[in-house]
Amino acid sequence: MFYPHTESERAEMLRSIGVQSIEDLFVDVPEKYRFPKLDLPPSLTEMEAVTLMQELANENYSTHDLICFLGAGAYNHYVPAVVDNLIRRGEFLTAYTPYQPEVSQGTLQAIFEYQSIIAALTGMDVSNASHYDGATAAAEAVVMAYHNFRGKRGKYIISPSLNPQFRQVINTYLSGYDNVSVAGPDELDPMSSPDELEQFIDMDTAMVIVQYPDFLGRIYDYAQLANKTHALGTLFAVVVNPLALALLKPPGEFGADVVVGEGQPLGIPMMYGGPYLGIFATKKEYVRKMAGRLVGETVDEQGKRGYVLTLTAREQHIRREKATSNICTNQGLIALASAIYVSLVGKQGLRQVAELCYHKAHYAAQKISQIEGYSLCCNAPYFHEFIVCCPKPVEEINAHLLEHQILGGYDLGKNFPSLDHHMLLAFTEMNSRDDIDLLCDVLAEVAND
Amino acid sequence: MNIPQNLKYEKTDEWAAVDAGKVTIGITDYAQSQLSDIVFLEYLVATGDDIKKGDVIATIESVKAAAEVSSPVSGKVTAVNDDLIQTPEKINTDPYGEAWLVKVEDVDVGDLSSLMDAASYENYCQERGH
Amino acid sequence: MTEPTIYEMSVAGRVGMKYPQPDVPLSPLPDDMLRRDLPLPELSELEVVRHFTNLSSKNYSIDGGFYPLGSCTMKYNPKVNEETARIPGFTGTHPLQPIETVQGNLILMYELQNWLAEISGFSAVTLQPAAGAHGEYVGVMIIRAYHRDRGDLKRTKILIPDSAHGTNPATSAMSGYNVVPVPSDARGNVDLEALRTLCTDEIAGLMLTNPNTVGLFDENVLEVINIVHQAGGLVYGDGANFNAVLGIVRPGDLGFDVMHFNLHKTFSTPHGGGGPGSGPVGVVEHLVEFLPGPLVDVIKEGDADDYPLFGFVEPPKSIGRVKSFYGQFGMHVRAYTYISMHGAAGLRAVSEHAVLNANYLLSRVRGKYKLPYDRICMHEFVVEGSWDDAPDIRALDVSKRLMDYNFHPPTNYFPLIVHEALMIEPTETESKQTLDQFADALLKIAEEAHTQPDLLKSAPHNTPIGRLDEVKAAKELVLCCWIPEDIE
Repeated sequence: MFYPHTESERAEMLRSIGVQSIEDLFVDVPEKYRFPKLDLPPSLTEMEAVTLMQELANENYSTHDLICFLGAGAYNHYVPAVVDNLIRRGEFLTAYTPYQPEVSQGTLQAIFEYQSIIAALTGMDVSNASHYDGATAAAEAVVMAYHNFRGKRGKYIISPSLNPQFRQVINTYLSGYDNVSVAGPDELDPMSSPDELEQFIDMDTAMVIVQYPDFLGRIYDYAQLANKTHALGTLFAVVVNPLALALLKPPGEFGADVVVGEGQPLGIPMMYGGPYLGIFATKKEYVRKMAGRLVGETVDEQGKRGYVLTLTAREQHIRREKATSNICTNQGLIALASAIYVSLVGKQGLRQVAELCYHKAHYAAQKISQIEGYSLCCNAPYFHEFIVCCPKPVEEINAHLLEHQILGGYDLGKNFPSLDHHMLLAFTEMNSRDDIDLLCDVLAEVAND
Repeated sequence: MNIPQNLKYEKTDEWAAVDAGKVTIGITDYAQSQLSDIVFLEYLVATGDDIKKGDVIATIESVKAAAEVSSPVSGKVTAVNDDLIQTPEKINTDPYGEAWLVKVEDVDVGDLSSLMDAASYENYCQERGH
Repeated sequence: MTEPTIYEMSVAGRVGMKYPQPDVPLSPLPDDMLRRDLPLPELSELEVVRHFTNLSSKNYSIDGGFYPLGSCTMKYNPKVNEETARIPGFTGTHPLQPIETVQGNLILMYELQNWLAEISGFSAVTLQPAAGAHGEYVGVMIIRAYHRDRGDLKRTKILIPDSAHGTNPATSAMSGYNVVPVPSDARGNVDLEALRTLCTDEIAGLMLTNPNTVGLFDENVLEVINIVHQAGGLVYGDGANFNAVLGIVRPGDLGFDVMHFNLHKTFSTPHGGGGPGSGPVGVVEHLVEFLPGPLVDVIKEGDADDYPLFGFVEPPKSIGRVKSFYGQFGMHVRAYTYISMHGAAGLRAVSEHAVLNANYLLSRVRGKYKLPYDRICMHEFVVEGSWDDAPDIRALDVSKRLMDYNFHPPTNYFPLIVHEALMIEPTETESKQTLDQFADALLKIAEEAHTQPDLLKSAPHNTPIGRLDEVKAAKELVLCCWIPEDIE
């Protein structure tokens, strides 16, 4: 399809190789299995393929058709035109890992700037070039803690209000190691205060992991928990929404050793769950324990400033089975997108977006709390998500909302039996006051049905 | 290639200087040249630790490679060369002198007899090519 | 010219993007929770556009030139993929929407799972892994789950050929296995005698890249797989080199038990300067129950009136989730577009031309560069970038000199079993003219290595920047921009 060869060129090339036909190049392949017949649909031209893809997309209801109040780890934010326009440049899009720095300064400097932005937002000393997504970044934080204590501390304390998918991925990653366990949270109510975690920390605890704002939208000051964690030599990891950090105290200020998070809110489309961006930042003293690529500043022979991949001796291509992670690529283009987004939106704009989310959520909460049958379930300050206790099963309410072109909130009963009939609603700068008022009207209608 | 006559050598490219029951350990000139520019050293043992022959006592990173240093002898660590943490490049410039890594006492004498002398180590390096 | 960083360009008070004023009453902010400063850059929209455009011009890319990076399959990334992946009906879907509202996404994923299974000869495919290394991890965890499920706990070792990519041993270690290297024989195949000796009842499996990392199809692949199976082990296929065998042979037919795909290599999704990749994993029938969930399946059959309903299912003995949601969906859209434009015959032609191009290039440089294994190669080949009669020159110098001829260098120093390796993968999308120009450059450099070695040692000469001081970077560890004092 995209190969340029003409018949005569093929013949000339085969002559140069010294074989009769292309088939002769495959003599090492066992004859019995050579050239299988593949059962695939007939090939399409570009015009036909575009039509087919458009038809598939038409089978979806997207947030261009629906008003979205669904969050729970992926958020509907505005992506400025500049972001996609720049990341589509072939020079970024069709380059690979910057192994040859002389011809990759664009990618390298962009990652260096990304690292700077993440360090600034999180209040940490260093950020790596990114992981696959927030969940795998959290799992890599746990693996880092394992290696930090050389496997001698086996306990990991995961907050019950951590995103359940993050917890699942952490559990999968931990299952590759012997003598490790996840302590505590099963016994805890997801609504409990983070102070409840303190009782589980001991000298065998490698890491405590909390979320900020947590999965239920709540904002806690973790300073006391961090102190208690550090007193026992344990590492303290905080999972963040980077957009919330435009407003809130950065985790570096209350003692985080590692900050990870889902970078999707920083200019990345929801795209049915990926590609997203795994944020990973830490303190200087753990930089060599951090998995993943890292870009550093240096100079060339003439003293000109330039950038290179650095500390590569930590990585799998050198350490092989001694490496602490097998990660190879980062999310290059997505990290670039978020760097462009933050550069454009800037210091004032990012704070503005965060405040818009905050105010819209609080307006909605106040209105919803007045609807008969619904009550707010917030025992702490919250950012742009909060829990509503509903008079009917969440699924039923959402079905009704959908009839009004509204994508309702996340059904918390799916993950937390104690939160049956509880919906997690998310608000962003994309939701107008009219949208929110409509949501409230329909919620009232369902309650009275 | 500098291979001092008075030292003993391990297959994993560590040297041992024996002096009345006390042993000083480092990595060889061959090892440092294979690693090239060394930028990082981390000790995995501390003064007072009992170590066994083959235990990893430090990891070394260069720009292009990483290596583990294992102890050629069993014994008790009496000193680690902390200065090297700040200046690991000394391992490149003076591997047998300033850049010693650890000192060990109460050494198991049997371990020493299994190490190579300078001539054997030189042959061993040549076999592996450069 | 040195491009300033976004922090150096930042001017206090500048605004790049305006947002509407709040249309709801303001609520009090939680004062004690707020941050005091926000040290982010402040730029205009044009400054941002110009900055990143300038940066992009410092990159070498496939769109700009020939990029023969071995094992990375730097083929042309069709522009139409970028269009289809941006159809609003895809980009605007939330991953937790009710399945009834995202049937288009689910049909796409379901068919892609099936197509990849058909192309590779496996029973089922998960699209969840985010990259090749992530797919490897899933594959090895499945092997582990399989043995544990049978109560076979003594299998603690994974065999890995000495030519393997570093991710193979790193993956095995992450999955709790000890790594045992397997030597290669003089023809570049797995050494069968050594393999037989190593195959005890303690091995969980073998990770095999075929075609292997020197670009050769293992002549004894059936025997290799048989030996491992006889010992009760499973065979993992590293799909890094799948571009050589589309429609040529199906790994599942050869007896591989599990394999990962690299959508960003074989199926043309862009490399993006190092990701996002996508690393789906295929397995044979008896491993399907261990796949990471969720998988897409038909959950309600259709009839005369209704379409089938697609949804998610959880394999009963799943190794567990390895990523949020369902994988790098944007990459699935691109790969789906690519496969739909090729069909069976088109995919076979992809591999045929990839192999034709590699062998042609090899035929042009044979004799001037040392070949560790002189056989018909597959989609790539390895030469040595050094000569006995040019003692100062190393493969790295050849690579840097290639930049002066406006080519991206091949992969350097990999695989480790070849001295001063240069690993060259042209891909099918390059024309004979481009291959000839590249071959001419390689031949010229081989000559320069003998006549003007300094030209190689001091290369590159025409790039935006010269050879960089990597020791300084690693020692000083400057990993962040300078932050202007006024926003401290």
